[in-house]
This record gives sequence, C-alpha cells and structure tokens, in this order.
Amino acid sequence: MYQYDQYDQAMVDARVAEFRDQVERRLAGDITEDQFKPLRLKNGLYLQLHAYMLRVAIPYGTLSSRQMRMLGDIADKYDRGYGHFTTRQNIQYNWIKLQDAPDILADLASVEMHAIQTSGNCIRNTTSDQFAGAAADELVDPRPYAELLRQWSTFHPEFDYLPRKFKIAIIGSETDRAAMKLHDIGIQLVKNDAGEIGCRFYVGGGMGRTPMIAPVIGDFISPLQMVSYAEACLRVYNRYGRRDNKYKARIKILVHEIGADEYRRQVEEEFAHILTLGLEPPAAELERIKGFFEQPGFDSAASDDLDLSDPDFALWVDQNVHAHKQPGYAIATIALKPVGGIPGDASADQIRLMADLARDYSFDELRVTHAQNIVLPHVRKVDLYTVWQKLDEAGLANANLDLISDIIACPGLDYCSLANARSIPVAQKISERFADLGRQKELGELKLKISGCINACGHHHAGHIGILGVDRKGVENYQLLLGGSEGADTSLGTITGPGFNEDGIVDAIEKATDVYLAQRSEGERFLDTYRRIGMAPFKEAIYAKEPANG
Amino acid sequence: MKVITGSDLRTGDVIWWTGEGWSRHVNDAVDAGEHAEAIIARENAKQIVTDTQVIEATQTPEGVRPAHIKDRIRALGPTVRLDLSLKPADPAAGNWVI
Ligand code: HEM
Ligand code: SF4
Repeated sequence: MYQYDQYDQAMVDARVAEFRDQVERRLAGDITEDQFKPLRLKNGLYLQLHAYMLRVAIPYGTLSSRQMRMLGDIADKYDRGYGHFTTRQNIQYNWIKLQDAPDILADLASVEMHAIQTSGNCIRNTTSDQFAGAAADELVDPRPYAELLRQWSTFHPEFDYLPRKFKIAIIGSETDRAAMKLHDIGIQLVKNDAGEIGCRFYVGGGMGRTPMIAPVIGDFISPLQMVSYAEACLRVYNRYGRRDNKYKARIKILVHEIGADEYRRQVEEEFAHILTLGLEPPAAELERIKGFFEQPGFDSAASDDLDLSDPDFALWVDQNVHAHKQPGYAIATIALKPVGGIPGDASADQIRLMADLARDYSFDELRVTHAQNIVLPHVRKVDLYTVWQKLDEAGLANANLDLISDIIACPGLDYCSLANARSIPVAQKISERFADLGRQKELGELKLKISGCINACGHHHAGHIGILGVDRKGVENYQLLLGGSEGADTSLGTITGPGFNEDGIVDAIEKATDVYLAQRSEGERFLDTYRRIGMAPFKEAIYAKEPANG
Repeated sequence: MKVITGSDLRTGDVIWWTGEGWSRHVNDAVDAGEHAEAIIARENAKQIVTDTQVIEATQTPEGVRPAHIKDRIRALGPTVRLDLSLKPADPAAGNWVI
C-alpha cells in the first residue's frame, strides 16, 4: 500500500489545524454559517437530515487494517456505533457533532486519512477496481496510476472550482468492476500487440439527471503522459463547462453538446500545449509509487485445494470468492447485505473484525467496493474456512454477492436531505421477499440498485433492475427501470411505466423475475433475457390488471 | 400551523422553536405565526442554531405533525433505525403515520 511521505502528512496535518481553528471561530460566533459552510464542506462535513455527516475519503477504496480499525473506533467514539460504506468506495458517518469534527480529522490523519475533496466542485476521490493487484484477469495493476492521480488531483489549484464535481475511475482489467464508463473520466489501462501499456480515456459519462455513457476520447495514451492528458481533459472542461446552470454543468453535458470529436480535438490541442510545459510527474515518481504496490510475500507452496464439505461454506465460496492471480490464494468479498438489513452499514465491531481478518489473513489489506461491500483481497485458500467461520459469527457471511439481495441503495430519505423517497426500506423489503438463498441463486446474477432521488447515488440507471424514488404530491413513489448495466457492456435502464408505492414496487420486481424465469434460455442472466426479449413482456406482466374477485 | 426548526450548531441535532427556546422534540414546537421571520433573524444572530426554516405542520391527537414527509422523518429520526430516533426516550414521539 502507498504510505504518506512527509509532504502528504504535512499537508493533511496542516489542514486539520486549519479546520480546528475554523470550527473554533464558528462555535465562538466569529464567523457566520454563510462564511463557514464552504469551509466545512471543504473538509467533507455536510449538514444532513438528522445531524452533521462526515464523508471520509478512502483512496481508490484501499485500506490497511490499521485504517479500518480506526474507522471502527471513530464510529464508536464519535458516532453511534456504525458507519455507512458508499457507492464511491468511501465511508460516511451520520451522527457527527461539529465540536468533534476536528478531533475526528486528527484521528484520521494519524492513519494517513482525511475528508478533503469529498465535497464541492473539485476532483473527488479516484475510484478503482476492488480486485486491483489480485484479480486473475488483471492486465495492469491500476493502483500506482490511481495513486498518481490522487497526488495530482489533491489540492490542484486550477481545479478547485470546476463548474461541477468531477469523478475519476481507473481500472486495469478487461472486466470493469468500477462502473468506469459512468464517470466523468474513466481510464482503462490496456496493452497493445507489442505488450506496451496505454491508457484508454473514456470522458463524459455520468448518472444523475442526464445519464450518459462516456465515449472514448483518447484511445492509447502513454502512462507517462496520463496526468498531462487528464489535465488537458479538465482544462477544456474548466474553460467551457457551463457555470450558469447546475443541471448542465457536468462534463457529460459539454461532451454531449459539442460532440466527442470536437471535444477530442480541443483536448488534443491542449494536450500538445501541456506537453511543452513539462507538467507530467517524472517517470521516477511513478516507479517510486509502484514500489509501494509490489505483491505481498505470497507463499508459493500454498495449496490450491479447498475443502468444501461444509455446505454453507460451499455456498459462500461459490458466490463470494473470486479467482486470484496467485495459485493457492483467493479473493473473498464480505457482503454487507444481510436479509432485512441496511445495505453498506457495518457496526464498529464488524468493522474492527474485518480489520483483524485483514491483518491475520489478507496481508493487512481491505478494499471497499462500489457495491457497498468489503473485500479481503489476498486470502490463502487454506484459511478461507476460518475466515468464513469468523465472518459467520459476526453476521457477515452473507452468501449473496451479485444476487438480487446484494442491493446497492443510497441513504435516501432516511438520512439524505436531497431525497424524494426512502431507499433503505425498499431494499429491506426486497431482500426479505427474496430471502431464500436457493431462490436467489435460481435467479442468478441480478444487480438491483436503488436511488432516493434523481442524483442517482444508488446507480439506479445501471441496475439490471433499477429503482428511482420520486415525490408524487408529497407521497413516496418508485419508478422501475430495467436493462441497465455498468460493466464492459454498460447500458442505461429504461423506465417500465407508471410508478408504484413501497409494496407495489416489490410486487412489480417479483413479476419481472417471474417473466425472466419463464422466458430465459439456457445460460441467460436476467439482463440477457431482457436484452433479447425487450421491455414488452415485462411491462405486460408488471401492469397486468389483477383478475376481479368472484 | 407554522413551526420553526433548525439544527443545533454544536451537535447538529434537529431542534424546534418552543416559544422560549429550542427543544429536540417536535411536540414542543409552537405556532410561530406571523412572527416566524423575526424569531429566525433574532435566533440566527445568537449563533447557536443553524439552517433555520419555517415549515407547515398540524396539531393532531398524536402531537405536532409536520406536513411534509421529509420533515416528519427529520423530526423522528431514521425510520430504519428507530433505536436511534426519539422513540426510545419518548415512545409517543412520531406516532403519526410517516
Ligand atoms: C488577499 C487575498 C486573499 C485573502 C485575504 C483570503 C482570505 C481568506 C480567508 C480569510 C479564508 C478563510 C480561512 C479560514 O477561515 O481559515 C480563506 C479561505 C480560502 N481561500 Fe482565500 N484569500 C485570499 C485569496 C485567495 C485566493 C487567490 C484563492 C484561490 C485562488 C483563495 C482560496 C481560498 C480557499 C480555497 C479557501 C478555503 C480554505 C479551505 O480550504 O479551508 N483565497 N481565504
Ligand atoms: S440519490 Fe438522492 S437521495 Fe440518494 S443519497 Fe444521492 S442525493 Fe440522497
């Protein structure tokens, strides 16, 4: 893992001291809320429905056990004993007191963490593949490049007041596990026939009010020019992105309005100019960073055998364990999705337990996934059973990864002041309706995503089944979308028709899954069947009038 | 009725104007009537409450019920974690249907 150097640490410590002073002045009444609000937002502190909310950045979703343990301790010491892992691989605390915020930031700084650039119109935390450095299908480890992007984007003076917030994701595998094409910039590290590495830049994707899939803008940029190219993409956006209308201010609107070709032309022009300025970090810096991401000391004699005689363990392995590039090792995903539970929430004890498991069984590493789960990236196969038993004792052995109950849900109206409707109770009802694991496995891979408003923090556009909460004359109402996806085959969901109430939406989903079960061909997932047969059969079943009684 | 709500600057707690001060219980909220704006201006100046606003509510047999669902959830606490809401301390809180 990357470790802060003296500059990183000095910057973060200075920011803590600065914020402590700002909070003191606010509490003393020396500055007004209008003056203070932009300062607290610069430090990830929002005012939400019930209290202050602190969003902590987890760079490219990677944590050490020490950092994870601190996240658990903060939940106990300053919050109400839990934290919420988000779709941007971060963690949020919902019950923060302003008076405690500087101490929390100081605690975070002591483990090389902070909440900088988790709010505002700046470049936010870069996200990545949760299996980075471990996946069997990986071409290039994206973490050194993600770290380079983190250093470049942190306190970048030119990009602190962009037209709107800016989100970057970077991956190095063929399989896209980071919803890369739905980001402002998605970078895919690829290899050409000569075996050289290049960065493919997808620019102008996004969800929200106007979802867009990013087109390819730069096909094969040298990794030694990645930062300059990103700089060029941002500069063109900063210059021409709209500042008059919040809803048209994201880069996706600019790329869409001027067209990918014109945007690319301008980026190329700016890129050529930037190359003359020598802004790119020296190659030695990338090499220095790569040194932090060398493979851990794998045991080359580790056995590749797995005893699956315990049927419950076998179910968990089948669903939650992925192939590792190193023989004898596996990637284990801890699904934070118990039946009837709150997607992405973990108690302080659970967080600390996961930290301990990482320390003892996964070379001290954890990852947060955009699907609000936690990954132990490097577990010896012989240790998997022990890990599973410990997870099971803590209620963390849910064997439902990528099944219908592995729901992404934003906080919605239970916590979020922007929400139109609650998301969590809908997720709870769906996971209860489909509680039977056999039934879930019969339905196979089914990504269900719920947002409480059009901002789409719950990625509803990209769900095989998506749910969007809307406000219908003060009453919560839910629209159903089908056919979204966020992987290599990214697509946007289509609304089925009129919305439903909380119970109606659960019934509608059940009807949609019935259509799938009746119509699927051999080997088809829900999404594949939908793509083959189209919306009509689903719509017909979902909106069919119930036969009148008697 | 028109009631005034805000957040405690120091703790972030949701609070309601009682006519004399601030309470965490929506049931203590009073009709601020036409004085709402003046009360808000005066209270804001004290720098102990933030994000003040006037909202619509009705007096019901179960207590003061904010008109909009967002304000009702704000008044009670997260409906998915009633253990963290006003309920444990005050079982009668938010007995109106969300
Ligand atoms: C004479 C010129 C300036 C003065 C007197 C000034 C003053 C201030 C003050 C008083 C604050 C609040 C600090 C606090 O409460 O701790 C502040 C914050 C800030 N200023 Fe300036 N400023 C100046 C120029 C600039 C310029 C040129 C920029 C950017 C190009 C800038 C960017 C910022 C930012 C980003 C913050 C927020 C600090 C944070 O992140 O916490 N300022 N400035
Ligand atoms: S999608 Fe809307 S309701 Fe959900 S967290 Fe984002 S802003 Fe809040």
